[in-house]
Amino acid sequence: MEKAYINLIYLISSILFIVGLKLLSHPKTAVRGNFTGAFGMFLAVVGVFFEYGTINQSDIIIIGAAILVGTTIGTFIALKVEMTGMPQLVALLNGLGGLASFLVGGNSLMEILQPGHDTKQLADFQFTISTAATGIIGAVTLTGSLIAFGKLQGLISEKAVRYFGDQIVKVLFLIGALYLGYLNVTEPTKIEWYWYIVLVASVLGVLLVIPIGGADMPVVIALLNSYSGLAASATGFVLGNNVLIISGSLVGASGILLTQIMCKAMNRSLPNVLFGGIGAATSSADSGDIYAGKTKSTSAEEVAMLLDMAQRVVIVPGYGMAVAQAQHAVRELYNQLTDKGIEVEFAIHPVAGRMPGHMNVLLAEADIPYDKMKEMDEINPTFNTVDVVIINGANDVVNPLAKTDPGSPIAGMPILDVDKAKTIIVIKRSLSPGFAGVPNPLFIQENCLMYFQDGKKATQEIVTALKDT
Amino acid sequence: MEQFVSYLTIFLIAVFVGIEVINRIPPLLHTPLMSGSNAISGITIIGAILTLHTTNHWIIQVLGFLAIVAATVNVIGGFVVTHRMLGMFKKKD
Repeated sequence: MEKAYINLIYLISSILFIVGLKLLSHPKTAVRGNFTGAFGMFLAVVGVFFEYGTINQSDIIIIGAAILVGTTIGTFIALKVEMTGMPQLVALLNGLGGLASFLVGGNSLMEILQPGHDTKQLADFQFTISTAATGIIGAVTLTGSLIAFGKLQGLISEKAVRYFGDQIVKVLFLIGALYLGYLNVTEPTKIEWYWYIVLVASVLGVLLVIPIGGADMPVVIALLNSYSGLAASATGFVLGNNVLIISGSLVGASGILLTQIMCKAMNRSLPNVLFGGIGAATSSADSGDIYAGKTKSTSAEEVAMLLDMAQRVVIVPGYGMAVAQAQHAVRELYNQLTDKGIEVEFAIHPVAGRMPGHMNVLLAEADIPYDKMKEMDEINPTFNTVDVVIINGANDVVNPLAKTDPGSPIAGMPILDVDKAKTIIVIKRSLSPGFAGVPNPLFIQENCLMYFQDGKKATQEIVTALKDT
Repeated sequence: MEQFVSYLTIFLIAVFVGIEVINRIPPLLHTPLMSGSNAISGITIIGAILTLHTTNHWIIQVLGFLAIVAATVNVIGGFVVTHRMLGMFKKKD
């Protein structure tokens, strides 16, 4: 087929990707959007076979087998994964995108170096520079994502792993990768340089993510998402293919945008997340002294009585709820309260959970209607009309210190204004501080009751107690 | 160079289009957006298939095979899991 027609196919699939993403902006059209994107991908693959031209049998076998293996693995993990495990899966898939990209970069270079091939491309800076870029971005994406996966899965410490001079080591590896990239451009006939780039960038990916703590994961996942797009885009520059450039940059843009939203939700800059700040071994003052004797603890029965008299209840889910897998118990509580004619809503902080929007997915999994999930800006002005707010496993996102103490690590972070509610119930296993390592003065507030229990058990006990009232 | 600038133009325009489109997506759908856009980044599968073209060197074939597998997992896994998630966001009355 003529090249122009093939490019037309690619153009249509690019447009389908854009339309698909656009349709993802509303729950009603989102399913269609996803299908649109998938169809765009299908069309692009059809296009590539036309571009391939005559295809010999051994290639058909390799390509077909690879697609079959990939489809089987992809379908299996996508159907198996628990909704709480979603961030891990996304991290893993990002990493695979990075892997595919740097392999494509290496292959393109090796192909030209084969005897009998036209080597004039090697003099083309666009080709050599973008190959080096593919190697660096792809490898950083792969190993960075694997580390993020390990942290989320609990295989590696979720804590920020810092050591003396870590920033300098990172910079050295970055310079090393860039220098090797330069060698790749000046001596493209030496394929070793390319694989050294991949090697050094792989270490760099590990070094970049390992010092980032668990609560910063929403930022890291969003950023890696962006990288995987940029890696795909870079392969587009290598191969001179528009559909790769366009789709890669769409993903890159989406990742960067989400990264920005997450950073804003924590009132932190991206460099601050990447190179330290909170999470970096903030030794907290002994919080025991602050709370000493001033917190009031409560029981399921008391909470049930308070709820029974309430008209408007707001539940604040946090990562503690996700860890306890309490979303189904929370749904039961929601059912029971709405049956009694009580208005129940969910207040969701943008960085609650382990990736952007993670909490919404968990609640949706438990069949909680999405119109009951309220964003921070929407629900904050209404907290003074709330009778009971139940905080389930959230801590830093409701800490008033963010507003009152400019010296606090969370200073300036937008929080849920739960302190304005009539009664505050905090479900938490202990008084241990959250990720930011700062005590929460909310807990000693006059109208705050502490319910020391696992998020799931506590909710179940409240449900049982409510039945008895 | 001329070619490069035109690719760069396409890249930058797509970035702006992406930002415009994605900016309107509510936080409710941020996770499906991520997994969906993630699937799109598996477009590298096109590149992976193309690099197998006109070569019979075994290293290239092995790496190409791996690249296609990785990209396909990315694509299929991404779209399937997004579909699963979106199924949960159906309106309940």
